[in-house]
Amino acid sequence: MISLVVNGKTREVGAAPGTPLLWVLRDSLRMTGTKFGCGIAQCGACTVHLDGVPVRSCVTPLSAAAGKKVTTIEGIGATRAGKAVQAAWMRNDVPQCGYCQSGQIMSASALLAKNRAPSDADIDAAMSGNVCRCGTYNQIRTAIKDAAASAKGA
Amino acid sequence: MRARPMNASRREFLKTSAMAGGGLIVAFTLPGASRLAQGAGKEARMSAYLRIAPNSEITVVCGLSEMGQGVHTAIPMLVAEELDADWSRVRVEQAGVDQAFANPIFGMQATGGSTSVRGHWEPMRKAGATARAMLVAAAAETWKADAAECRTERGMVIHKSGKKLSYGQLAEKAAKLTPPKDVKLKDPKQFNLLGKSGTKRLDTVAKSTGRAKFGLDVYLPGMLTAVIAYPPVPGGKAASVNDAKAKAVPGVRQVVQIPSGVAVLADGYWAAKLGRDALEIQWDHGANASLSSEGISKMLSAGAAAGGAVGRNEGDAKAATPAKTIQAEYEAPYLSHSCMEPLNCTAWVKKDGVEIWAGTQSQGPAQGILSQVAGVQPGQVKVNTMYLGGGFGRRFAPDPVIGATVLSKITGKPVKLVYSREDDTRGYFYRPASVTKMTGGLDANGVATLFTANVASPSIMEGSHFMKLPPDGVDEFGVEGIRDCPYDIPNLHIEYSRQEPGNLQVWFWRSVGHSQNSFFLESFIDEMAHAAGKDPFEFRRSLLGKQPRYKGALELAAEKADWGKPLPAGVHRGIAVVFSFGSWCAEVAEVSVVSDGTPRVHRVVAAVDCGMTVNPDIVKRQIESAIVFGLTAALYGKITFKDGRVEQSNFHDYRMLRMNEMPKVEVHIVPSTEAPGGIGEPGTPPIAPAVANAMFAATGKRIRKLPLLG
Repeated sequence: MISLVVNGKTREVGAAPGTPLLWVLRDSLRMTGTKFGCGIAQCGACTVHLDGVPVRSCVTPLSAAAGKKVTTIEGIGATRAGKAVQAAWMRNDVPQCGYCQSGQIMSASALLAKNRAPSDADIDAAMSGNVCRCGTYNQIRTAIKDAAASAKGA
Repeated sequence: MRARPMNASRREFLKTSAMAGGGLIVAFTLPGASRLAQGAGKEARMSAYLRIAPNSEITVVCGLSEMGQGVHTAIPMLVAEELDADWSRVRVEQAGVDQAFANPIFGMQATGGSTSVRGHWEPMRKAGATARAMLVAAAAETWKADAAECRTERGMVIHKSGKKLSYGQLAEKAAKLTPPKDVKLKDPKQFNLLGKSGTKRLDTVAKSTGRAKFGLDVYLPGMLTAVIAYPPVPGGKAASVNDAKAKAVPGVRQVVQIPSGVAVLADGYWAAKLGRDALEIQWDHGANASLSSEGISKMLSAGAAAGGAVGRNEGDAKAATPAKTIQAEYEAPYLSHSCMEPLNCTAWVKKDGVEIWAGTQSQGPAQGILSQVAGVQPGQVKVNTMYLGGGFGRRFAPDPVIGATVLSKITGKPVKLVYSREDDTRGYFYRPASVTKMTGGLDANGVATLFTANVASPSIMEGSHFMKLPPDGVDEFGVEGIRDCPYDIPNLHIEYSRQEPGNLQVWFWRSVGHSQNSFFLESFIDEMAHAAGKDPFEFRRSLLGKQPRYKGALELAAEKADWGKPLPAGVHRGIAVVFSFGSWCAEVAEVSVVSDGTPRVHRVVAAVDCGMTVNPDIVKRQIESAIVFGLTAALYGKITFKDGRVEQSNFHDYRMLRMNEMPKVEVHIVPSTEAPGGIGEPGTPPIAPAVANAMFAATGKRIRKLPLLG
C-alpha cells in the first residue's frame, strides 16, 4: 500500500508504484473530476497540484506522489486562489463542453497562487499547456483577470 | 450534418433502427441538477418535457445531448419563456431514449447538424405554453373564475383581483387536466428571456467544480475496462495473437478477439493499456498496406480532372468566352475530430436488455443498432446520455457504443471501452479529403461571368450507412458550400466525382462539406477579385445583389472590422462569407506573416445572421468556438497516411490551437425577426478562407492546400 494525502485526507492505495496518479485518482479513488485527455502531458486535462505545484497526473507515477499533498479539482475550492478562480469561472460562464475545465482551473489556480496580478504574457506562459477544443481561451483569460481582481479586493 | 427533412431511405432506416418502446420515459439525472431535486416533494408531470415540484421547482427534460453548444440551457429557456417560469427555479434533466424526444428535423433522437434550436423552437415553446394554459385553468377552477381573468408571471398565476397561486401549488391539479390542443405562442415582442443577454448556462457550476459526469466518469460494480489493439492499417485484421504476456500483467482479466481488433479487459485503464502493450500480434494488413497521402492526392486530383456527376448547371459554361480566365486546383486533407474526451462507452448486456452510458449524439440510432448487436428488442435498450466532452459529429458515430456492447455480451460483465488518445486520433471517421479544380471567368470590365468547380471526394452519404447517394450521383455533403455558390454569375457549372481512396471511413465533422468547400470557393472568389483588380469585399458585394442576408452579414463584418482603413504595419485583412445550417456568417481575419511564412492571427471579427436568437451570449460563444475549431484545422489539421498507417497520433503531431495563439474575437449578431438558424457550425467555414485571403494580402502568395502551415 502507498500512502498519499489527497485534498487533506490520507488515502492508502494498492496500485503499482508506476501507475500514473491520474488512474489512481480515477480508477482507485473514484475521483473523476481529474480528466484523461492525452496520456502524454500534451493537453493539461489531468492537471493536479503536488505540494502546490501543477503537474500532469497522466505522467506522474504514484511513487512520485507518495507522501506528498495532492490537490485536485474536488479540493481546490478550499484554497484562496482556487476559490477565486472557480467563482470567476462561474461569473464568466467559461465552460462549454467542460471537459478540459478541471485542468484549466487547476493551472489557473496555481498561477494565481504565486502571481496575484498576472499579465497576458504570464497567462500565456501558465495556460498554453492546457488545450480547450471548444476554444474558450478568451473567456479563460477574462476569468483569470477577474479572479485576480476579486482576490485583490477580498 | 444536414438539416433538411429526411429522404425516404433515411426514414426507413429510422423505422427499423430507432423506434423506441412506447411510453418509456426514462430520465437520467445530471449531476449538479440532483441537488435541487432533493426535498422537492412529489413532482407533477405536465408532459414528457416538463415536471413541476410542490415548491415550484421546474424540471425541463431534454432529449438533446449537451456537448458544449449550450442546448441544456437553450431548451429550458424555450420552455420557460412560454411558461412564464421563474428562471431561477428551472433545472434541466437529460432524457433517456424515447420517440417523444425525436429531433423533429431528423425524425430520430439525435443531436447534430446545428438543428436543436431550429427543430425545437416551436415544439418546446408549445410545451411551455401548454403547461401554462393548464396551470391557468387549474387556478381558474380553484378560484371559480374565468381563465381570461388570470395572467402569469414568474411562476405565479395571478387573478385580476390580486389573488395569487404558485405553479407549485397548482401543479398537481393542473397535471390532471387534459392538455389543450391549440395554444397561442407569444409574439416575439413579448419575450422576457429569449433573445436577451444575461441568462447563464445551467451546466456552469457542475463544469467548474469537477462534478459534471462525462461518459468516462461512469463506474459500475464489477466493471471491466477495455482497450482494443486495432489493426494499424485500415481494413486489416489480426492473423495470429499471442496474449500470454498480456494476461500476465496484474489486473488483466481477459483477452478477446472481436471484429474491430484484439481487446484487453482489465481492472482499470492502466492495466488494460499495459496488457495491450504486451500483446504480440501478427497483422494481415489487407489491401491498404501501401496507402499513402501522395497516392490519395493523385487519385482525387485525377477524379477532379475527369469530372463526374453534374450538381448544378446554369447558363452555358462551355460556350462562355470570358476576357480573362483563371484556373486553380485546391486541396483539403482528412481531419480527425479529436474531442477533448477520448471516445468511450460503458455497456452492460443483461438477460432482459442492454444498458449503456455514453456521451452520444445519436441515442435513437444507437438503440436500433444495439438491439441488433445484443439480440434484444429496441425497447430493451436503455441509453444513459452523459455529458459529452466535445462531439463535433464524431459522437454521432456508433463505433464505441457497438464495441462496448459486443465486449459486455462476450464477458457478461459491464464493460467500459476506452479509446486512448492515439486510438481516437487513428480511429478514422475522418472529415473527407477533397481536391477541387475551379475555373473563373471575367469580362473586360472585371465582372464575373463564369464559375466552374469539379469536386472529387469520398461520399459521406454512403459512408454513413444510413443514407445513399441520390440518383444524380452527387453527394450533398461533398458539394455543399460550393454547389450553393451564392454569387450572381451567369454561367455556372458544378460536378462531383466520388473517389474512395482505401475505402476509408469518412464522417460528419463540424460544418461537414462546408468546412473544405467554403475554403475552396471563398479563396477562389478572392483570386477572381484580385484578377479583376477589385477589392475582395466590394467584389463579393457586387455579386450578392440578390442575396440580402449574405450581403447583410458581409457588410456588418466589414463595417465592424473597419474594412479599408489602415492597420498596424505588417497586419493584413482577409474576408469570407458563408451560408450554412440556416445561418449566414461573415468573418474578417487580421493576420501578419513572419519571414518563414507562419501566420499570426491577431483578431477575427465575425457577423452572423442566425435569425432570432434564444441566448445571444451562447450564440456569440458558439461562433467564437467554431472559429477556433476552424482556425485550428486551417493552420495545423491534417491526417496523413504512409505505408497504410495514419502518421499522426496525439496532440504533439495533431496540433491544437493554444492560449498563446488565440486571436481576439468579436462577434456581432445581425438583428432579425426571421426564424432561428443553426449556430453550432456556421462560424467554422469562413475562417480558413478569411485567414488564407489575409495571408495573400500580406505576401502575394496564394495557399491552395490546407493546412496553411503545410
